[in-house]
Amino acid sequence: MDPDPNISDDPPSNSASSPFPDEVLERVLSFVDSHKDRGSVSLVRKDWYNAERWTRSKLFIGNCYSVSPEIVARRFPRIKSITLKGRPRFSDFNLLPQDWGANVHYWLVMFAKVYPFLEELRLKRMTVTDESLELLAKSFPDFKALSLSSCDGFSENGLKAIAIHCRNLTELDIQDSATEDVGGGWLSCFPENFASLEILNFASLNSEVNFDDLERLVSQCKSLRVLKVNESIILDQLQRLLVHASQITELGIGSFMQELTPRQHEDIEIAFRNCRKLQVLSGLWEATTPYLPVLYGACAGLTFLNLSGVPLQSGELAKLLAHCPNLRRLWVVDTVEDKGLEAVGSSCPLLEELRVFPADPYDHQHRDGVTELGFLAVSRGCRKLHYVLYFCRRMTNAAVVTIVQNCPGFTHFRLCIMTPGQPDYLTNEPMDEGFGAVAKTCTKLKRFSVSGLLTDKTFEYIGKYAKNVETLSVAFAGSSDWGMQCVLEGCPKLRKLEIRDCPFGDAAFLSGQGKYETMRSLWMSACNVTMKGCRLLAREMPRLNVEVINDEGSDDSQADKVYVYRSLAGPRRDAPPFVVTL
Amino acid sequence: MSVPQEHDYIGLSEPLPSGKPPSKNALNLKQTELRLGLPGSESPERKSVNGVSIFGKDLKDECNNAFCQGPLKNYVSGAKRGFSDAINGSGKWGLGINGGSEVDLGKNDVLFSPKGVNGNFKSNINLQAGNSVKEVCKSSPVVEEKKNGNGSTTPASKAQVVGWPPIRSFRKNTLATTTSKNSDVNTKSGSGCLYVKVSMDGAPYLRKIDLKTYSSYAQLSSALEKMFSCFTIGQYGDGLEGHERLSESRLMDLLHGSEYVLTYEDKDGDWMLVGDVPWEMFTDSCKRLRIMKGCDAIGLAPRTMQKCKSQN
Repeated sequence: MDPDPNISDDPPSNSASSPFPDEVLERVLSFVDSHKDRGSVSLVRKDWYNAERWTRSKLFIGNCYSVSPEIVARRFPRIKSITLKGRPRFSDFNLLPQDWGANVHYWLVMFAKVYPFLEELRLKRMTVTDESLELLAKSFPDFKALSLSSCDGFSENGLKAIAIHCRNLTELDIQDSATEDVGGGWLSCFPENFASLEILNFASLNSEVNFDDLERLVSQCKSLRVLKVNESIILDQLQRLLVHASQITELGIGSFMQELTPRQHEDIEIAFRNCRKLQVLSGLWEATTPYLPVLYGACAGLTFLNLSGVPLQSGELAKLLAHCPNLRRLWVVDTVEDKGLEAVGSSCPLLEELRVFPADPYDHQHRDGVTELGFLAVSRGCRKLHYVLYFCRRMTNAAVVTIVQNCPGFTHFRLCIMTPGQPDYLTNEPMDEGFGAVAKTCTKLKRFSVSGLLTDKTFEYIGKYAKNVETLSVAFAGSSDWGMQCVLEGCPKLRKLEIRDCPFGDAAFLSGQGKYETMRSLWMSACNVTMKGCRLLAREMPRLNVEVINDEGSDDSQADKVYVYRSLAGPRRDAPPFVVTL
Repeated sequence: MSVPQEHDYIGLSEPLPSGKPPSKNALNLKQTELRLGLPGSESPERKSVNGVSIFGKDLKDECNNAFCQGPLKNYVSGAKRGFSDAINGSGKWGLGINGGSEVDLGKNDVLFSPKGVNGNFKSNINLQAGNSVKEVCKSSPVVEEKKNGNGSTTPASKAQVVGWPPIRSFRKNTLATTTSKNSDVNTKSGSGCLYVKVSMDGAPYLRKIDLKTYSSYAQLSSALEKMFSCFTIGQYGDGLEGHERLSESRLMDLLHGSEYVLTYEDKDGDWMLVGDVPWEMFTDSCKRLRIMKGCDAIGLAPRTMQKCKSQN
């Protein structure tokens, strides 16, 4: 019921005098890292609250609109590392219009004033302009680490500013940037003797970089441990980089497409073999079969293999996995089919995480890909599996029940049956029993994504059994308001609820009234919530922001997209015209 | 002499132009006519007949022409999933005959009966089997899901729903390019990319370009110029200073003038000169590109040949 204890403005009161002097308390608290723990600490008593706020150096804000820079600046005087997240997750799937918001600039303006010793900034799903990057580069002399995950709004000019001005940069990590082409000139802007980089990831930026400058950079940065290049870097160039950076632990390979001479082939095999500390491998775009074996020498210590960019066949995968006995995490494309997953089951006994992405998600005639059989095979061989993301075109309840019996330790279960509303393909029944079994059996389940034909029964199961669920994603499921109500009443740890295209209306929406303040956010789109319902919620719960986005030309009484989140900052000041705050 | 009749694949004949009154067992041919259409398109004149399948048992029994399982099976062979899969359960969706393997069609009598969760039976039949059809049905229309009054969704048949399946866009782009490489480039009509290899004589490695990103020969050739300029500069390294940028006009001369000719390999495996056929025809038939040295291109580019000769 309380607002986020992390960011609340009200300190608790003192009841008795403190048994510890402040210095001792602060020293002890400096070892407390997790922001959740720190939140708890701050609630004990006033002096603890103060000690905590003075000693906190890492700030985590899961929703940039839940709090304002002013509030943050007032409470925490000494911050060195900040993590900020912006857009709701469904924006990844084009459900949010452009220019929705989450622009980091006004945060940076405040940080520049209040936290001159800032060292790290990690942003997720935010808009970062060149202007912001320039401000960042010039305002913090100690700045070390910049991580941009699923961010947009910048071009190579912003990155150039970072390269030029951040003299102590150890980390530049750009992940999943899918927006317009960001040119590659920034890489050449690092100063002449620049040598401090430890993490460099530009794999998702498409443009060519100057290879000579990259080679020089890599050879100078002796502490480089993470290097992820983009697909403009071809194999023989990679070989030259690896010669300088054989100490790396994480490698993102560029393009694998190149016709190599025998000499080049040998050189690159040797280069890979010399990377004895390699734990993570990714990239590999356009990997052509003949060259995959050059990797084998680097795979002995691999714990994470990300093949989500390369559509391998089952045989190729099997051969590769034979060289990876220590694998804990594996991401593949469904071109490997069930046969490939059987190889996973037999070759990777230590596997903890599996993600299978569809090669052709929109091709309805596509008959290949993976089925319930592949998943079963993995569950039989990989008993430690606790994280799965699985895209398939058919599934059965029986398979899911067996899978969770084999692997009851699931913490993240994300199963996507790609045709909306598809039942168990053998029995034609809804997938209630399968997903219900997941809720029942996997007591540690924290993240749950459901799909297929589901009635309210599934949600009854979730509300009854999934007591640890924190994130629930629902699409094209449920029969009535009752389903959503079960979840809202039954899941005490729910933080994020995202729903699309379900028959849940105002009754369900409003039943969660008391709950939404304990959660980070609720997203509902293409459901049956009305504007009236939204207004009612907004009126009853002033500390919630209830935002509606209506599609063009739709019925004014319906609320097409609703985003509800707790906030100490009040309604957004930067909302675009299509976002209506009630 | 009898008038020759056109038969479609399942043996239904066109109504005769003259004379004969239709027999009482004759089917309503217009309704049962198999037509090609984009997914989601419904022909207005089709109506379901009293909720009974057009291919319902009673019709099947009456059927005294070649309209039966056999020819239908032949027509749709080649794809793997049974017709019944498309109707069962996902009966909310319109019918798509996604083809039937012989086995599937054999065991599913369900092929000819309607099944739908809401009892809806869209009489539109979208044949999507076979490559020939693929060329007609390009990419599925992207539509928002429509909803009916009682809250359940009635989506367009097999149309693409915004944001579903939940795949990140950067991932879509990656996989689209790499899978189109693995499959036969020209039959992947729905993927929206057409990657072909481009080689240049004397260059140490090849490149790949997406033909779909260009809409004319001019765009293609300027893109290739940019891509391969580094090699041509190398060729003329003695003549230029190291940092001097090759002017556009010099580059054009190099590529369009006497030195290089742009050629492509077509579906039949023949090497052709780029530029002869309309752009669309070119992108449909081009499998790979090669920037040939002028003198090698004898027989392809008469102009080049002349220049070669004149230089000797």
